[in-house]
Amino acid sequence: MGPQSRGLMMPVPAGMRPAFGRDRDAMSDLKRTPLYDLHVDLGARMVPFAGYSMPVQFEGVMAEHVQTRQKAGLFDVSHMGQVMLTGASWDAVALAFEAMVPQDVLGLADGRQRYGFFTNAAGGIEDDLMFARRGDALFVVVNAACKDADVARMRAALEPGVTVELIEDRALIAVQGPGAEAVLSGMDAAAAEMRFMDVRDLDLGGVAVWASRSGYTGEDGYELSVPAQAVEGLTKALLDHAEVAPIGLGARDSLRLEAGLCLYGHDMDAETTPTEATLNWAIQKVRRTGGARAGGFPGADVVLAQLADGAARKRVGLLPEGRAPMREGVALFDAAEGGAQVGVVTSGGFGPSVERPVAMAMLDAGAVDQPLWGEVRGKRLPVATAPLPFVAAGFKR
Amino acid sequence: MKFTEEHEWLRVEGDEVVVGITAHAAEQLGDVVFVELPDEGTTVSKDDEVVVIESVKAASDILAPIDGEITEVNSALADNPGMVNDDPQGEAWFFRMTVSDASQMDEFMDEAGYQKFIG
Repeated sequence: MGPQSRGLMMPVPAGMRPAFGRDRDAMSDLKRTPLYDLHVDLGARMVPFAGYSMPVQFEGVMAEHVQTRQKAGLFDVSHMGQVMLTGASWDAVALAFEAMVPQDVLGLADGRQRYGFFTNAAGGIEDDLMFARRGDALFVVVNAACKDADVARMRAALEPGVTVELIEDRALIAVQGPGAEAVLSGMDAAAAEMRFMDVRDLDLGGVAVWASRSGYTGEDGYELSVPAQAVEGLTKALLDHAEVAPIGLGARDSLRLEAGLCLYGHDMDAETTPTEATLNWAIQKVRRTGGARAGGFPGADVVLAQLADGAARKRVGLLPEGRAPMREGVALFDAAEGGAQVGVVTSGGFGPSVERPVAMAMLDAGAVDQPLWGEVRGKRLPVATAPLPFVAAGFKR
Repeated sequence: MKFTEEHEWLRVEGDEVVVGITAHAAEQLGDVVFVELPDEGTTVSKDDEVVVIESVKAASDILAPIDGEITEVNSALADNPGMVNDDPQGEAWFFRMTVSDASQMDEFMDEAGYQKFIG
């Protein structure tokens, strides 16, 4: 789907194909999460995504987006990879993992989580991830589309000293939005005691879950790793709350875009460095030049040099001036006519909460403060760079 | 009302036709957030891209169903694209056009045929 397609097409989010016509047959080859039957019962439109049949929408993208910002939304993210790393000691696991990522892993307190990414020898990002310390073990959640490659990468880098277990008997759901705390703390009061990026076990109606206070919507909320056989019952119990509604991948994408969060494979990829992706904040001081454990991860020479000196291009927020959305692939120019291309939109669409088009782009560093035009269907339309996020984060820090 | 395989409806009014998209198409597109209409007076050929319609997630085109001239556009859609979801086969018509070759109308489906087409 894109500007090249002709005629009235039935759109689905970037990277997804519609689920009718011939594609119906292809759906049968797709993997299903433990919540597949419930999604279908709830009337979801299912689409192929990263090898899974996933719900793209239930009630509608706009309504689901607003529901999550104002009340609470429940997301099935069971297609993501859940990986447990264990070894002789916490230090052994953490130090081994530090050889794969530029983050401070060793310094992570028990019960805390961090955002990170695997880098390659050129300093590019192979995938982004969340990692949490559970006692002496490291619990890692990676993107669905990358999980096989990530597991292979971890096995190659970490085994035999560290055991890499892809967890396939647990589902992953997220409850996001300002109403999430009341819903979960009504089932286990300890949920309210968690701060942003805390992890702990909760007992939700007799189901033991691994909870983290995090998500990818810009809202307060929780991600819950749940035994697969218990996830449908727990999901139904959560949806019984008037404040909670099921949310599809469509709204998940518009929520994370408004929150200024990167989508792997779009806003960053193996050719994008952390500094280009504006992710310097995610590299702790101890891993930077002069730190006690500086470098020692793939591409450290490139990454550390860019941390000090900057990069030739960077991810920025964009606000198109008109009503026309500027979507992924729209070229950015420094003049209304002629001029030079200075960047490209990496994610873009309509922001239901800000009620206008929003986008993120990879832009030449020299063009950041210059007037810009995005070329949409052959017309150059004015667009301005803007601070990210587009909506203030609702995290409980 | 006649229907095209491109999920448009055409309503004949005198010498002209009024064109919009079907309720099925509107439902499948999802929340419409942007509509770009052609200039009145534009001469179009069948299958020319005449309208850009963007939903929350993607951009599509509406193709001219027949040859003719655009005589009027529904400019209310530009300010309130959500009308396409609220009343696709009523208030949210897109444009009115002349009919250069009436035989082009023959290939379109009636309502029953369209319902069968979308299955």
